[in-house]
Amino acid sequence: MPEKTSASAATPDTTANPYADPAARKELVRGIEARPGSSKPDPILEVDNIVRNFGGITAVDVDHLEVQRNIITALIGPNGAGKTTFFNLITGFDKPTSAQTLTHRPEAPAHWSFDGKALDNTSASAVSRAGMVRTFQLTKALNRMTVMDNMMLGARGQTGENLLTSWLKPTWRAQEREIEGKAHELLQRFTLYEKRHDYAGSLSGGQRKLLEMARALMTDPQMIMLDEPMAGVNPALTQSLLGHIQGLRDEGVTVLFVEHDMHMVRHISDWVVVMAEGRIVAEGEADVVMADKAVIDAYLGAHHDTDLGDDSLLTDETMANLQDEAAAEEKHRD
Amino acid sequence: MSQDTTAYSADAVEPDTPAPGDERPENRIDRRKTVVLTVLGIAIVAVMWYVATSTDGPMARVFSGVLREAISPQTAAVAIAVVGLNIHFGFTGLLNIGQAGFMLLGAYGFAIALNEGAGLPLAVLVGLGASVAFALLLGVPTLKLRGDYLAIVTISAAEIVRYTGRLSQLTEYTGGSQGLPGSRYRGEFTDLSFFGDGRTTIGPWSYQNTGVDGWWARAVSWAVVLLVVIVVALLVRSPWGRLLRGIREDEDAIRSLGKNVYAVKMQALIIGGGLGALGGMLYVLPSSVQADQMGRQLTFFIWTALLLGGAATIFGPVLGAIIFFSVRILIRGVTNAYVPDSILNTQQTEQFSWVVVGVILMLLVIFRPQGILGNKRELQFNA
Ligand SMILES: Nc1ncnc2c1ncn2[C@@H]1O[C@H](COP(=O)(O)OP(=O)(O)OP(=O)(O)O)[C@@H](O)[C@H]1O
Ligand SMILES: [Mg+2]
Repeated sequence: MPEKTSASAATPDTTANPYADPAARKELVRGIEARPGSSKPDPILEVDNIVRNFGGITAVDVDHLEVQRNIITALIGPNGAGKTTFFNLITGFDKPTSAQTLTHRPEAPAHWSFDGKALDNTSASAVSRAGMVRTFQLTKALNRMTVMDNMMLGARGQTGENLLTSWLKPTWRAQEREIEGKAHELLQRFTLYEKRHDYAGSLSGGQRKLLEMARALMTDPQMIMLDEPMAGVNPALTQSLLGHIQGLRDEGVTVLFVEHDMHMVRHISDWVVVMAEGRIVAEGEADVVMADKAVIDAYLGAHHDTDLGDDSLLTDETMANLQDEAAAEEKHRD
Repeated sequence: MSQDTTAYSADAVEPDTPAPGDERPENRIDRRKTVVLTVLGIAIVAVMWYVATSTDGPMARVFSGVLREAISPQTAAVAIAVVGLNIHFGFTGLLNIGQAGFMLLGAYGFAIALNEGAGLPLAVLVGLGASVAFALLLGVPTLKLRGDYLAIVTISAAEIVRYTGRLSQLTEYTGGSQGLPGSRYRGEFTDLSFFGDGRTTIGPWSYQNTGVDGWWARAVSWAVVLLVVIVVALLVRSPWGRLLRGIREDEDAIRSLGKNVYAVKMQALIIGGGLGALGGMLYVLPSSVQADQMGRQLTFFIWTALLLGGAATIFGPVLGAIIFFSVRILIRGVTNAYVPDSILNTQQTEQFSWVVVGVILMLLVIFRPQGILGNKRELQFNA
């Protein structure tokens, strides 16, 4: 399956995505103002006034954010910046403190929309059905089910999932075959094919990340939101998956991902949004953002005069260290 | 644990050829296990049958008692309620600690409707309808919350049903604490029998063909068990069943995939509760509606039978119910026969049998937590 990715990269399918062509993408990105909350020519996601307080601390406080359709946007920021909380809020897994309720009428109520549809009071499953599908930083593999069953659950519109038709196998047998075919293809791409009959609970931390991403892709999302997709995935596989993510973009999927690995961010993202202490502090192309004073301050504290993209800061040695750390973290988690 | 793990890893080493139909390697182990258990089961029944019918002594009486208990309509009725609980707990992960409440409600709905002159089909619908309403009442406020809330609500709601049934103000309908005698509502059911009069004896089983508690009640009860098992097997092996197991493992993951978790949990609660009600109706047909017979204790039996047979399996609940009730009769019979009355009198052996059942349950949870038919490999991964 990796051939498919490279093939689509070589001959971009500009009917699915006008920005599959790198030149067009550069052109597009050049036209966007590099400041927090800047407006995009064709935003797929628009967020306003989203605030989330946990007791005393404000985890998220975003005035305005637009995510451009059909490109890869990275959301970066130091630990505790509020990236995951932000994901939870817009995907319906958490409620903003600034949400409007019967009794609570904030001056600037939270409002966000995906592809023109307001999502302010939408359940997590409805958000997903609208086409915005997420993965979790702490993976949610369905442990006592096989890898294959995990995948099969991702497919949409299954006749067999309707109680009324579920007991009539002929009504869903053909569809089930089709979905199985799709799952096999994705599993091969994510190097999990050999594991398809194993329980998901027997997978390693990195494999769970892969499974979750593959499962999310089973839904054919319009936009995919990945929370640290490559944490704990080995470098060689990371390379191939990055290619796959780019392939998805070229097929017309909008990608928003959270990542700490600056190399990866620089390598595949078309646009970078930086969060710190709950706020959006910078936006722009990777190189521009990583040289931004506010960003460096956010990451390293004030009065540093290096640039985050500086390779002295991110040597291979640091990279290796980071990878070790990630692996150790994964282990610890299990 | 070690036994199963080795079996698994040994199997995993085998080349994983994608055979036609893409068979799972563990299916082979499962089939082997099925054969072993079936042979073992048949052997045990055969021995008991032989002793019960061809010998003369205390064990003959004990074993024929056990075999009679195994096929009693009440065992069948509880088995159906266990199948229902299996949908709740085994497949969906819903903690229903009031399954007996569903049974009692079904029994009341059924018996009262019959007493009020409704026909048998309508009475069954009333019983089922009562359980659906009950499930909605319990599910609407709790299924959006974490699992523990459903547990608390079901256990108390079941008690409320029981106490309401006992209210003296309702004696006209429920019979209050006296209950409703079966003779008042059983008529139409026995009239349906085409088994005729007389008595038929098969080995240790000797019953009237129709009668109050005869072959007719047994045949109908077990036919319903069979039907229920088939329908449930079709349901849980479908993508809908896969959805249930997904919800059991991680609701949020399933939500992120765009499934309406709340609706599916509600469907599971209603179906499992409806099976409880169906079990309740069969339970009272050969006897009477007694609120106190369907209280916390029965819920406990249902849970025990489920864990014994194996949660999230197809036949586990039925097997669990049969073994649970049979083993108790076995213990009671053996103690009665061999322990002199000066040590344990008849009443004490009754209590002693419950104690032993409790101890067996504890041993089971420690040494075979997956139950008789359950899959140990699944238990290695905590949800
Ligand atoms: N459920 C919660 N209760 C209380 N505080 C929370 C909760 N969830 C998040 N927080 C706080 O909100 C802040 C943002 O957390 P969040 O998980 O969004 O950070 P993040 O940007 O994803 O960090 P990381 O890169 O480490 O994943 C942190 O200070 C965290 O302690
Ligand atoms: Mg995070």
